Amino acid sequence: MKQTIAYNFAQVLFVLAFAPLYSGVLSRLKEMVQSKRGPSIFQPYRDLWKLFHKDQIISSETTWIFRITPYLVFITPLFVTILIPVLTDYPLVFAFMGDMLAGGFFLALGGFFAALAAVDTGNPYGPMGASRTRMVGFLAEPVFMIVFFTVSFVAQSTIPYIVQQRWIASPAAFFSPAHVLLLIAFLMLILAEGGRIPVDNPAGHFELAMIDESKGLEFSGRDAALMKWGGQMKFLVLGCIFLNVLLAPWGLAQGRAIPQILIAVPLISIKLFLFVLVLLSIETSLAKLRLFRISEFLGAAFIASVTAMITSIFFAS
Amino acid sequence: MSMSAQISAPEALNTLSAGLILLSAFAMVATRQVQGVVRYFVIQSLLLAASCFLLGFALHSVHLYALGAITIIAKVVAIPWVLKRTLARELYVRREIEQAFNIPASLLWALLLAIVSVLLVGPIMSATPDPIIRINLPIGLAGVLIGGFSLVARREAVPQLIGILAMENGAFFAGIAIAADLPLIAELMVAFNVILIVVIVGLVARNIEETIGTTEAGALQELKEEPVSWR
Repeated sequence: MKQTIAYNFAQVLFVLAFAPLYSGVLSRLKEMVQSKRGPSIFQPYRDLWKLFHKDQIISSETTWIFRITPYLVFITPLFVTILIPVLTDYPLVFAFMGDMLAGGFFLALGGFFAALAAVDTGNPYGPMGASRTRMVGFLAEPVFMIVFFTVSFVAQSTIPYIVQQRWIASPAAFFSPAHVLLLIAFLMLILAEGGRIPVDNPAGHFELAMIDESKGLEFSGRDAALMKWGGQMKFLVLGCIFLNVLLAPWGLAQGRAIPQILIAVPLISIKLFLFVLVLLSIETSLAKLRLFRISEFLGAAFIASVTAMITSIFFAS
Repeated sequence: MSMSAQISAPEALNTLSAGLILLSAFAMVATRQVQGVVRYFVIQSLLLAASCFLLGFALHSVHLYALGAITIIAKVVAIPWVLKRTLARELYVRREIEQAFNIPASLLWALLLAIVSVLLVGPIMSATPDPIIRINLPIGLAGVLIGGFSLVARREAVPQLIGILAMENGAFFAGIAIAADLPLIAELMVAFNVILIVVIVGLVARNIEETIGTTEAGALQELKEEPVSWR
């Protein structure tokens, strides 16, 4: 019992520690593909360090929402982390506290408060970015739902650990058309939710074109650091769900001994690195979509997920 | 679940390629660019050939190996080459295709057709325990219907042509599961036919394009003696 609690917190620590590195590796590789040198892969850590040591300015016009938002954005990915398999193959102590749907709602809670805080400041760019994020959000929501329904139908459960075991146990289910379509839909969802390139440009500095970034413009000092770190963790957590639960449920620690957990860390890092290469190829080969084309992008994801649902129901009968 | 019954590795990979074939059918509906449509068709044909080889391995059928080879020669090499020779301008210049529906709507139609094909095949499914037929038949039928749909919804010559070819791909995919031992001569004839269709449609479209200046089928509603200036 004590051990599983410790492992659960080890997962949280893993996400806390490696989220900036994950973003750093991705941006460095992207710069290298564009024949630039790019910042060090440890730059996100330095940015966080710098922001934590800066003065903080909060507009006197803002309310309590603006003050608690950074903490919510920071803490919600960590809540999701204790629900999903990050390092271990077997359910940990909090695993049955909530299912994948709960994870989705946790992430949505952070996003909701971030949007409210953006409106709260009265900065003209904040509400614009917030409304765009909501637009992407409500288009992504049905895809999220149907992906979860399909997963729960195939695995008879929505608890991530059980879903993961299901793919390992049955190669037939792993190779089924439903699973392939599900993966595509979820990958598109990660790109949309993480504000990555076909939907939003994370490296853009032009406020009028921003979707995700403009919500954080008003935060400074520690709040800005928390928002940034939270965003990086959300992206890592989504990647972990995609890799460990859906795409490649291998390489996780199967035993309860501490060395096995320690071996799992590099194995999962390798998986995440391969996933970064996939993201890299997407980011460098596609251009950012025009705003009203986003509905087409997520519409395609929706179609893929619904087809997955239909075929899974059909092939199971 | 019946799907969880033990299946061999080639069959599992065939299932995977079935999913990707369905996905490429959707992609053909969703792309605006003529070149993109052709590219997805080539990908679909490659997957089809892969399925042929996998099923040939699983069912110990030399016919299917030959079919895979024919598919690669006819659809992956010959058809794009013929299209490039006859309609190079059409392929590279055309970007945004006029469509009867916008992209999300046509994707929804394609989804509906996939559901319909699953429902249509349902009764047959309960009669056969063969996992290959259970995968290939509904997805092949969906490929036929979605190809037929893009024939109706597209208004450009090349995507319409690719619609016909996608229908053929779907029928082929269902066919290799139901009748693995179809005489090779029949399949050779079909492959030859398909190439001939591409040559004829390509030449006709090129003639139309030379006289009228467009191959947009939706605009070809009035008969005129002389070449009209387009729009």
